[in-house]
Amino acid sequence: MIKSLAYIFGCLLIGNIIQTFLHISIPGSIIGMLLLTAALHFKVLLLEDVKAFASLLNKNMAFLFVPPGVALINYIDMLQSNLLAILGSCAVSTVLILVVVSLTMSKLDPTPANDE
Amino acid sequence: MMNDLHAILLTKEFSLTLTCVAYLISQFIYKKTKNFFLFHPVLFSIFLLIMYLKLTGVLFDEAITFDQYNKGGQFISFFLGPAVVALGVPLYLQIEEIKSKSKPILISLVLGCFVGILSGVVLCYFLGGAKEIVFSIAPKSVTTPIAMGISGALGGIPSLTAIIVIMVGIFGGIIGPPMLKAMKIKNPKAMGMAMGACAHAVGTAAIAEEGQEHAAYGGLALGLCGVITAILCPIILHIVWPILSTL
Repeated sequence: MIKSLAYIFGCLLIGNIIQTFLHISIPGSIIGMLLLTAALHFKVLLLEDVKAFASLLNKNMAFLFVPPGVALINYIDMLQSNLLAILGSCAVSTVLILVVVSLTMSKLDPTPANDE
Repeated sequence: MMNDLHAILLTKEFSLTLTCVAYLISQFIYKKTKNFFLFHPVLFSIFLLIMYLKLTGVLFDEAITFDQYNKGGQFISFFLGPAVVALGVPLYLQIEEIKSKSKPILISLVLGCFVGILSGVVLCYFLGGAKEIVFSIAPKSVTTPIAMGISGALGGIPSLTAIIVIMVGIFGGIIGPPMLKAMKIKNPKAMGMAMGACAHAVGTAAIAEEGQEHAAYGGLALGLCGVITAILCPIILHIVWPILSTL
């Protein structure tokens, strides 16, 4: 467990350092995620060594959004005055992604459905 | 007596325990109502905790503020960063699959993310959204911890992004499968990827019951879209926002 803690915090730390030095708006955590993926792929780290903490986090991720969500209490007025903009843009844009991805993928990879 | 109670409510331990209990109650209700979307455990526990903070305003002279609650709450949300890093594990497990079909997968997802970010930003602006709202909406289609990270780095409001992302997931999860059916899409890879790209983990779960391949490609799309969106969001906003704000 402690090993997996060290590797995951380590990837996050390096990700944050890279973000700071390159001054980019890609979060350090995502750079850390890519580092972890690469490290596993090139066998620098073994899946066994990161699994314990990683699966604990992956399984319970939703719970982590709760405290930041409560911060909405400070933005309730803003949310109310922008409700149409939020709901309208999210709904239309979600449908567009669904259409674009499903049509493009079916065109580019026309393998027949095999588990019908 | 009231002062003592107030002091207890302000401790980190109370915030932490209360958050866990609110989540457990919400999970229980969600299960009992057969996963009715309004009782989504995250949404409902946020609702319960906000109600609690409001209630303290009635009981005491001054309501407990979010910042006071968050002295304990921050210990939970701190783990969002490592949780994003941990997403590298499922991504690693998908690499062989991605390699074997890298071209169609990457083209579809980059196109989807591009259309999703651009349409969200432009529509939100024209429907009257304020700047912080537009920036908070840009990463709405990817999994919550990644979206919050992007939103924070862009200057949006991460907590608003969290709520929007969860609502988008629920919406996509509900309308996605019938829409794919109406469009006569039968390719399991296309179905899974479309759901993962538009509605992240919630969408993937909604299509996973159709088959293993649907689930695998949904998971793959949600991981890759996180990365693609993190790269595209700053670029798109950097170009589009100056144009929008001069119109």
